[in-house]
Amino acid sequence: MAKAANIKTLKIDGRDVSARQNETILEVARENGIFIPTLCTLKGLSNVGACRLCLVEVKGTARLQPACVTRVEEAMEVTTNSERLQGYRRAILELLFTERNHVCAVCVSNGHCELQSLAQKLEITHVHFAYRYPEAEVDASHERFIVDHNRCILCTRCVRVCEEIEGAHTWDVMGRGIDAKVITDLNEPWGSSQTCTGCGKCVHVCPTGALSEKGKSVAEMLKRRQFLPYLTQMREEDRS
Amino acid sequence: MSENGKRTIVIDPVTRIEGHSKITLHLNEQGRVEDARFHVTQFRGFEKFCEGRPFSEMPALMARTCGICPVSHLIASSKACDALLAVRIPPTAEKLRRIFGLAQVLQSHALSFFYLSSPDFLLGLDSDPATRNLIGLAQVKPEIARSGIRLRQFGQQIIERLGGKRIHPAWMVPGGVSAPLSVADRDAILAGIPEVLAIAESTLEWFKGSMEKFREEIASFGNFPTLFLGMVKDDGGLTFYDGKIRVIDAAGNTVENGLDPAAYNDYIGEKVEPWSYLKSTYYKPRGYPDGIYRVGPLARLNLADRCGTPLADQELAEFHELQRTAVLSSFHYHHARLIEILYCVERMQQLLDDPDILNKHVRAFARPNCLEGVGVAEAPRGTLIHHYKIDEQGLIRWVNLIIATGHNGLAMNRSILQVAKHFVRGDRLKEGMLNRVEAVIRAYDPCLSCSTHADGHMMLQVQVVAADGEVVEELRR
Ligand code: FES
Repeated sequence: MAKAANIKTLKIDGRDVSARQNETILEVARENGIFIPTLCTLKGLSNVGACRLCLVEVKGTARLQPACVTRVEEAMEVTTNSERLQGYRRAILELLFTERNHVCAVCVSNGHCELQSLAQKLEITHVHFAYRYPEAEVDASHERFIVDHNRCILCTRCVRVCEEIEGAHTWDVMGRGIDAKVITDLNEPWGSSQTCTGCGKCVHVCPTGALSEKGKSVAEMLKRRQFLPYLTQMREEDRS
Repeated sequence: MSENGKRTIVIDPVTRIEGHSKITLHLNEQGRVEDARFHVTQFRGFEKFCEGRPFSEMPALMARTCGICPVSHLIASSKACDALLAVRIPPTAEKLRRIFGLAQVLQSHALSFFYLSSPDFLLGLDSDPATRNLIGLAQVKPEIARSGIRLRQFGQQIIERLGGKRIHPAWMVPGGVSAPLSVADRDAILAGIPEVLAIAESTLEWFKGSMEKFREEIASFGNFPTLFLGMVKDDGGLTFYDGKIRVIDAAGNTVENGLDPAAYNDYIGEKVEPWSYLKSTYYKPRGYPDGIYRVGPLARLNLADRCGTPLADQELAEFHELQRTAVLSSFHYHHARLIEILYCVERMQQLLDDPDILNKHVRAFARPNCLEGVGVAEAPRGTLIHHYKIDEQGLIRWVNLIIATGHNGLAMNRSILQVAKHFVRGDRLKEGMLNRVEAVIRAYDPCLSCSTHADGHMMLQVQVVAADGEVVEELRR
């Protein structure tokens, strides 16, 4: 039982809520059934605040704060769903769609994609920015898996799960800005990676069709993530 | 009117066909048609689009080449992928794919016959263009319009039942299908069969009875000798899913039999004319353009020795009686389509009555074992060829598609010229004349959007161009 001093009380969207002191705004919101859209965060992995979808307004600060990495504070007043935030979130998603080639209709993850379902949830019907149509590569050199950079949103879940849970650190990010991409080892074909254990965790934490199992047809790539919280717990117990 | 009196007529866009295209009729000094050209003007290189993609995505990707006959592409593409895997798919999967294909032929033929062409037959080729459509038809002959709607709906509902709502692209997959047929779905399809069978029969009766009225059209709608090409079963029976390629000549004599569809390149040549994106094919041994051949319903019935279902077999025998040689007029595509509808319904019943259709083993798993694969099927409009090459990783490196409308390209061109010469007079143009030019194209039911792999609706224009290049008449609806 936490000590009373460790309990914080705050307001989210006008509702009084209480939280443990180390919790993030996102965790507290979720405990209270308040929806904040997210893409890069995943329970069981560290948070990097990469996608910026979870931005919220905190009274008294001019800057928007990413809910996944911002800790609660006493008497904080958080707004999660203002018109301004809705506009930003849509813009972020639209930019993600224009940045690479997300052709949902023929994607292995069609119907099981976090990017797609979030866009549906936020009622995105049009993209108001010009598509870039980059020539992104597909690496199918691995025995069992495919990385399709056309569908990658650089959430870095693969990088984190590989380092933090599997301990292999096969994945990393190379390049900056628009040239950034996830790589295996020192930007070698996945199939010739020395460090990859072939565990497939990266495939299953990937929110889109960027990482998939070979031979899957359109809409057939279902991702299973139930394993993650258990694994995290086990690893932590090992360390202690 | 130009100075020397030569003019050209352009029909653009041809209404009630799929895709975007244009017909140009060139007139001479006397106002008579001298030349006709069928242009397909839109282009989107689907072949290029697929390069670098994992082969396992191809069926769904290919289904997107065409909004009208996605199932045919699913079948040909899945078969090409089966060839890459080098597996034999489970027998039940094959039967389910067959039913899927038959449902597609049924609904596509119903669309072509009832929605697109029957207004011409029932309201007349010279009737008011404003009401010469399904809605106009529904006012005059509601029972025919209803029949068409019912048949099409029946086919579409089967596709939905098997493939999921809005053609779930994942149902047909390399190695088979992703889910077996449920008892409920089988029973629901079977329950609908008596009704659609009756519709198919009565429509045929009515159509055969009214053929007298179209003597002039039968005589001039692409009525000329060509070869015919398509797949038949090993026993010479009608097939849509698989078989060997047979070629016959205009006299009805077999030119080739038992050709391997995968070796199409040995006997089918491809040529792109500068005025069109449509890839026209020809039978190689006879060269270009003498190797002109036709595919699709007319060709299939000319080629088939039998259908293998009782009612369709009777109709086929009658069909073969139309002419002692092969049946040559493209007007009879309509007739052939109705017989095929009948066959589809009967054949589906046969397949669904087989208890093995409920077998749960419907998918074979394998990795690619061949770097090259060809898949061929008979689509509603004719022989459909998908040919892929992949690299060691299973990524597509090269794609070639030959689509029914491409096979018929040469014949369509020649048919337009024949009709135009017969019906069109440059000095006293009437809408009905140009409608006949369009009608002959509709007889082929060309799906232009997929033959050029372009994204388009039913559009085409007819342009009359004088000898000096001046456009004197333009029809665009
Ligand atoms: S979920 Fe917070 S930044 Fe991505």
